[in-house]
Amino acid sequence: MESDDRKKKSFFSRLKNGLTRTRGNIADRVDELIRYYREIDDEFFDDLEETLIMGDVGVPTSEKIVSSIREKVEKEKIGDPSRIKDLLKDNITSILKRNTQPLTLPHPTVLLVVGVNGVGKTTTIGKLADRYRKEGKKVLVAAADTFRAAAGEQLEIWCQRAQVPIIRHEEGADPAAVIFDAIQSARSRGTDILLCDTAGRLHNKKNLMNELEKMNRVIDREFPEAHKEVLLVLDATTGQNAVSQASLFQEAVGINGIALTKLDGTAKGGVIIAVKSQLDIPVYYVGVGEQTEDLQPFVPEDFTEALFES
Amino acid sequence: MPFEGLAEKLQATFKKLTGKGKLNEKDVKSAMREVKLALLEADVNFLVVKDLIRKITDRAVGQEIMESLTPGHQVIKIVNEELTALMGGTQSKVVIASNPPTILMLVGLQGAGKTTHAGKLACYFRKQGKNPLLVACDIYRPAAIDQLKIVGEKVNTPVFERGSRNPVAIAKEALEYAKDHQYDMLLVDTAGRLHINEELMEELKSIRDGIHPHEILLVVDAMTGQDAVNVAQSFHEKLGIDGVILTKLDGDTRGGAALSVRAVTGKPIKFVGTGEKLEDLEVFHPDRMASRILGMGDVLTVIEKAQANMDSRKALEMEKKLRTRTFTLDDYLEQLEQVKGMGSMSDILSMIPGLNTKKLKGIQIDERQIPRTQAIIQSMTKKERNDPSLINASRRKRIAAGSGTRIQDVNQLLKSYEELKKMMKQLNGAKSKKGRLRLPF
Ligand SMILES: Nc1nc2c(ncn2[C@@H]2O[C@H](COP(=O)(O)OP(=O)(O)OP(=O)(O)O)[C@@H](O)[C@H]2O)c(=O)[nH]1
Ligand SMILES: [Mg+2]
Repeated sequence: MESDDRKKKSFFSRLKNGLTRTRGNIADRVDELIRYYREIDDEFFDDLEETLIMGDVGVPTSEKIVSSIREKVEKEKIGDPSRIKDLLKDNITSILKRNTQPLTLPHPTVLLVVGVNGVGKTTTIGKLADRYRKEGKKVLVAAADTFRAAAGEQLEIWCQRAQVPIIRHEEGADPAAVIFDAIQSARSRGTDILLCDTAGRLHNKKNLMNELEKMNRVIDREFPEAHKEVLLVLDATTGQNAVSQASLFQEAVGINGIALTKLDGTAKGGVIIAVKSQLDIPVYYVGVGEQTEDLQPFVPEDFTEALFES
Repeated sequence: MPFEGLAEKLQATFKKLTGKGKLNEKDVKSAMREVKLALLEADVNFLVVKDLIRKITDRAVGQEIMESLTPGHQVIKIVNEELTALMGGTQSKVVIASNPPTILMLVGLQGAGKTTHAGKLACYFRKQGKNPLLVACDIYRPAAIDQLKIVGEKVNTPVFERGSRNPVAIAKEALEYAKDHQYDMLLVDTAGRLHINEELMEELKSIRDGIHPHEILLVVDAMTGQDAVNVAQSFHEKLGIDGVILTKLDGDTRGGAALSVRAVTGKPIKFVGTGEKLEDLEVFHPDRMASRILGMGDVLTVIEKAQANMDSRKALEMEKKLRTRTFTLDDYLEQLEQVKGMGSMSDILSMIPGLNTKKLKGIQIDERQIPRTQAIIQSMTKKERNDPSLINASRRKRIAAGSGTRIQDVNQLLKSYEELKKMMKQLNGAKSKKGRLRLPF
């Protein structure tokens, strides 16, 4: 009876405080669950599932994770809720680590950067250019976003910061032609890494995706000796639509890896777990701010820790 | 989309429920699970969902099952009504100040679409006879000022900028400038920032206190996930927003963030962004957003879009033809021309409920191919156009040669035509709330 009351109270107080206190992350909520439940029962699992959903993990993936934890709890006769947190962390980390192919950058490499509008493609390229140049690589940047107003200017400023050359055409030019030129230039300069910025495009727009496929074909045809990586940029603030983004970009041009940006906000990017669990695309980098140095390699353990950080 | 319509799921839930009577608690509870999942998959914040489900359950339990509706539809109706009500019920517009200039200030996270929407607003209000001035207060993002300048030029609206000087000073100076030069509207673009960045949030406050905007509009990406409540709440707490602009709704997101933002701020969504062009700004319709979040297809938008693009007499003729199944290749060509400027045909078709979107993949219609299609159809005889079944292999060869295309192109065209014809028959059966569904072409 008493525990019933406590459960109830937790439910209502959570609801009541909920809207003013949602900043509490997965960790806080799991801790709360552990505090309020004396034993692991169905309701506990339901609440656990909700917790994951609140972290943008999505319904199907959250269900999958919880059911595998439930299985383990039943098999190993775990009765103590406090062990759940570690089980959860392990489960998520293992999803994130599954089939992870590291990014390789042999000479020469083309990195085609794609994604929907405003996710951070250009900024990520600026950060990468700086990073690779500092690693001693010869970098060249292609400004293949010829659509958005001042996209070229924006990229040019980033290239100045990173001290790398840029190939640019005028606004409205054919983006595939920019890539074509950049490839010729990369070859004659002996460039190690060619970074291609592209215009933001919504994945459900057939004609824009065709345009991207064309750029992709130009790379395959004109630069066959180069190693190609297609990098999808996802915004950590995005909800379940990120899964649709990943699968449609994957279908159109084949994604090798993901950069997850804007992790310096309050969103922790839980949708990447859904993306990883459904599509198995590795995450290469995370963006944690607007400055050059705010880019880090993705480390599954660290990501999970951050997800659970108070 | 892996998303199965809520309507179908609810029908399945209620399959066992036949006969009349009242909706009992158990039925409603199992239906609510489906509703809850649909809303969560649409990215509505979890706590908002819980609250809503409680309200809906209270309303639904004990309701008489109406003769005219299936229990599933009845529940959807309640859900739809509650969602619409939560979203504000009616349209809400920007209020024009009695003492010009009307000052609007755009704020939001990085990459939400503020600069583009400042341009769209300029375009929108210019069409209404206003004389706006754009103000460049994003001094941080590389080339943000250049971007606004280009956008301003495209919509014939001057941009007030002072390089990377203090944005508070720029905003104040712009206001004086607007007053001196008879601008009746000031549209202030600000830098994207995180709601937890104290320093930059203070800067917004100072801009606000310096120019006293009539409305502060929070620009929110429609694809935002559960975090939308944190963002909206912080901006609202710190600045006191007056309304919301929901952007990138031309994507395939269900846009549940709309509901979350509305729930935590209580402020209306005033505009939605529906494309990259500067004309792609629409006023917000709460009822349509509700059906989109529920995945029921935005029938109204389809109809309105179509009607704006074609005269109704032609539509009637077309409808008649479809009903009598005399839809010829000439009609097909005419249709293609009419859908120009309406977005891709498959975009429009995909908004119609009850259509299998997988089938749409078979129809490949690309506006840019219209001239080619035209050439092919024009290379056919009158007889062939009226009865495409005549077109055998040798005729295909002749048509391809005549139009300077390949046989595959002719085949593709005939295939698309057949698919569309099939689809239209299917559509004829579809019903809208207001009786027969008008075909969108
Ligand atoms: N806080 C934060 N902001 C970021 C991060 N990455 C990018 N941004 C910001 O997000 C905004 C959009 O970034 P862009 O790099 O222009 O995005 P994009 O994908 O190139 O945009 P389009 O080309 O317009 O589609 C800018 O204001 C960036 O400063 C990040 O990791 N954290
Ligand atoms: Mg860009």
